[in-house]
Amino acid sequence: MSLAMELPAALVEVEGLKHIYGKSAGPGLVVLDDVNLTLRSGEIVGLLGRSGSGKSTLLRSIAGLITPTSGRVEVNDLPDDTTAHGVAMVFQTFALFPWLTVQKNVELGLEAKGVNAAERRKRSLAAIDLIGLDGFENAYPKELSGGMRQRVGLARALVVQPSILLMDEPFSALDVLTAETLRTDLLDLWAEGRMPIRAILLVTHNIEEAVLMCDRILVFSSNPGRVIAEIKVDLPQPRKRLDPAFRALVDDIYARMTARPKGQAAPTGGGLPGTGLGMALPHISTNELAGMIENLAAAPNNGSADLADLAREAQLEADELLPIAETLQLMRFAEIDGRTIRLTAVARRYADADVDERKQIFARQLLAYVPLAAHIRRVLDDRASHQAPASRFRDELEDFMSEPRADDTMSAVVSWGRYAEVFAYHDDDDRFSLDNPA
Amino acid sequence: MVFLSSERMNPGLLARFARRRLAPNRFDLVAFLLLGGLAVVVLHGARQMNLPISHLPNAGVTLDPRRLPEYALRSTLRMFAAIAASLLFTFVVATLAAKSRKAELIIIPALDILQSIPVLGFMTFTLAFFMGLFPGNELGEELASIFMVFTAQAWNMAFSFYQSLRTLPEDLIDVSQQFGLSPWQKFRRLELPFATPALVWNTMMSMSGGWFFVVASEAMQVGNNTVVIPGIGSWLALATQRQDLGAVAWAVGAMAVVILLYDQLLFRPVVAWADKFRFEQTASEEEPGSWFYDLLRRTRLLRRVGRPLAWLAARVPRPALPRLRAPVIGGPETGRWLDRAWAVVVAIGVAWAVLAIVRYLAANLSLKDALTVFGLGFITLFRVLVLIAVATVIWVPIGVWIGMRPAWSQRVQPIAQFLAAFPVNLLYPFAVMGIVGFRLDPNIWLSPLIILGTQWYIVFNVIAGASALPNDLKEVAGIFHLRSWQRWRDFILPGIFPYYVTGALTASGGSWNASVVVEVINWGQTKLQAAGLGAYIQNATTAGDFARVALGMTVMSIFVIVLNRTLWRPLYGYAADNLRLN
Repeated sequence: MSLAMELPAALVEVEGLKHIYGKSAGPGLVVLDDVNLTLRSGEIVGLLGRSGSGKSTLLRSIAGLITPTSGRVEVNDLPDDTTAHGVAMVFQTFALFPWLTVQKNVELGLEAKGVNAAERRKRSLAAIDLIGLDGFENAYPKELSGGMRQRVGLARALVVQPSILLMDEPFSALDVLTAETLRTDLLDLWAEGRMPIRAILLVTHNIEEAVLMCDRILVFSSNPGRVIAEIKVDLPQPRKRLDPAFRALVDDIYARMTARPKGQAAPTGGGLPGTGLGMALPHISTNELAGMIENLAAAPNNGSADLADLAREAQLEADELLPIAETLQLMRFAEIDGRTIRLTAVARRYADADVDERKQIFARQLLAYVPLAAHIRRVLDDRASHQAPASRFRDELEDFMSEPRADDTMSAVVSWGRYAEVFAYHDDDDRFSLDNPA
Repeated sequence: MVFLSSERMNPGLLARFARRRLAPNRFDLVAFLLLGGLAVVVLHGARQMNLPISHLPNAGVTLDPRRLPEYALRSTLRMFAAIAASLLFTFVVATLAAKSRKAELIIIPALDILQSIPVLGFMTFTLAFFMGLFPGNELGEELASIFMVFTAQAWNMAFSFYQSLRTLPEDLIDVSQQFGLSPWQKFRRLELPFATPALVWNTMMSMSGGWFFVVASEAMQVGNNTVVIPGIGSWLALATQRQDLGAVAWAVGAMAVVILLYDQLLFRPVVAWADKFRFEQTASEEEPGSWFYDLLRRTRLLRRVGRPLAWLAARVPRPALPRLRAPVIGGPETGRWLDRAWAVVVAIGVAWAVLAIVRYLAANLSLKDALTVFGLGFITLFRVLVLIAVATVIWVPIGVWIGMRPAWSQRVQPIAQFLAAFPVNLLYPFAVMGIVGFRLDPNIWLSPLIILGTQWYIVFNVIAGASALPNDLKEVAGIFHLRSWQRWRDFILPGIFPYYVTGALTASGGSWNASVVVEVINWGQTKLQAAGLGAYIQNATTAGDFARVALGMTVMSIFVIVLNRTLWRPLYGYAADNLRLN
């Protein structure tokens, strides 16, 4: 009891949240399952996960943009807080109104609240000033760089004096340098207490960003999204990326994100969601796969590497690297073990082979380990015409997964099949054939 | 008339249009029948009123050039009244369609049909209706004329607004919702600005097309009644009746001045102004310009006019209305019941419409009439297709030549747009003189008039397409020394195709309309006539034979819709899927 009294007040409480997309009848896609979260005054909490892990859905439920299928979401102000109320959100795409000036964009939330013009002007100018956009009040968004636009987005959120700031991948549309500057500025404003906000909830798929900024990180699994780890970050601010403790934490999170949920057997699907025909394939080009194999095979990796190092070296984010790694694992080109990835003997042969040999190796692995590709080939072989409409397979997929995911899966299998020359696909009439098989 | 896309085409929009409904679905039929039933009822109602279409003797139109400015002004005012009505219609109906799924199911196919059918043939019904509303009063005729112009303008505007509302950017919707913008604030800050560029373009295109109808609707003959209201159109009618070529020339001159003023003082400034609402985060390389708009901005005239208005607006008391949440009635089960109830209502409406149409037609017509009319429909169809083909062969090479030369296209493009707006009915008397003078066969020589006014849509769309051909592809074509046939086949024709289809579709829609006017033309006592559906409709109109007008219009609507669905829409779809350059 006494322990609870000492904790800062809870601003957001989420309990047993579950959200299902799609038809109310039928299976639907479970994006969030049994998620609990408490956000307390004075902390920055990061929601870290890959695309499809429902972290944005969680943020939107808290913002009131989505009504979750079931569960409880409660947003409170601090007791006796007279300055800060409710939530405001910063968007990945900035979400600025292109036909409004910077100042009008910032005033938007105040206008909705019915604040009078003079007061709106005063408060918006103060917010613009705070965020470092002095002099740009009359500019239109199209005249600003990405970093400046996100500053407008931030000012727009702060001007309504929310007690909680929700940020949905706020830096991911920015280049590396700009993102870094903006992060630092935000952390400075936070540390100096110059913003009215009492807590920040940050959605990101960038592991380093989460470790840099957050006091606490919730790691999400995908399909369905569940919290698989909660990590407290005790490193003092400002944090240094090269600090060994920082590095260790990043490596640890990588391992957790690739880890299989307890009780799941050997990786039939390489960590990809679904099994057999219902496996959702990421749309990874064969060039990316080949590039990754070559990269791993060459010095200094010589066949195995630390995932976090590999990401840094290839300038990929976890969200981009992991699907490639998992596809390699699916086709038995690599094995992932905790935080390291290791090439198999097949992959080493692939790396040394010439173009035609590579295609043959790829074709063998594809037909052996990607059930959908094998299925398509079998159907084509069985038919006298050696042709089949693609819609047939797409329909089969949609029994297992949502339509966009089925589209992704089809794109993946088409491009892999074309490269391996195990079947041809004709875009004109959306059909597969054996026109130029190997 | 159909205007599907703007000068600088939005490929996304194009694709959505194409994919939306290639195949006619059952809702097309539902909408078609409901509209038909409605027309029959309006007609019936109008006749019940037993109107003596009072004869307002020429309403004092005289061929005095000093009165021409006044007539021009009255024609222009009619145009603005019609456009105001169209905007009002757009905001109400398109919003309804975008917000209510049940309304959408009926409204959208109905709009689609209404924007393709030739409205000129409806003149009879609308006139009868409005004259019945205001018997013996000039107001009825005025309203009938304005309504005619409205029916030529409103549908594509509503369609464009609906499209915009359905494609609002997700993140901006989220922002509006997160800040709790009221519906009015959301309309003003998000929906209206986002829809503005497309709506402005469609409005301006509607106005361009509208002049033709203003002229046509000011002097109408129904049965024994000639209805004349003062304007350039009635001036023209009088001049034609008196075979006064000089007066016709005066009308052409006056119209040219009106269109020029409209083009310079309204069309271009408004399009330039709307450019700032284009939804893109990067500055565009080429912005539409207008000297008048620049002038207004420089003199701060707008701001001076705007300031008192803004002052007033700020002082209008805005009562803090309680936020209404859309009530959620029951669960999905209730929703399904409501859907079913709605389906039953629609079914009853359709049954009633079918009954009304069949009863009306059966009372007045025989099957033989229908067969004759279909035959005539094929003649007019043949005429339209041949003329589109001829215009294509002539204008595509010329348009491409101009479009590939920026200096030329900048000069020619405004002229083509001006010509597209010019009501070509003013020029018919000259053509008729020629046909009479040289004793030519009207079956052949009246035909080119069908395309006279609408060919410009092909011209300026092809020019726009050719100027949008990407430079790197031009350079590739140059480096490989593509020979001329290969250059056309592999580069130029595929590149301009999406634009060409837009132009040809518009020209085709306009041509059907024109056929109603063109296939019978009077010059004094001389009457020239070409066999065709347009002539059938016009003759039935002149004779006051409502049943035959209805039959003719129904058949023409069927022809146009089938042509759109089987020819233009598939071409659109093909262009959107395969020939987009970006």
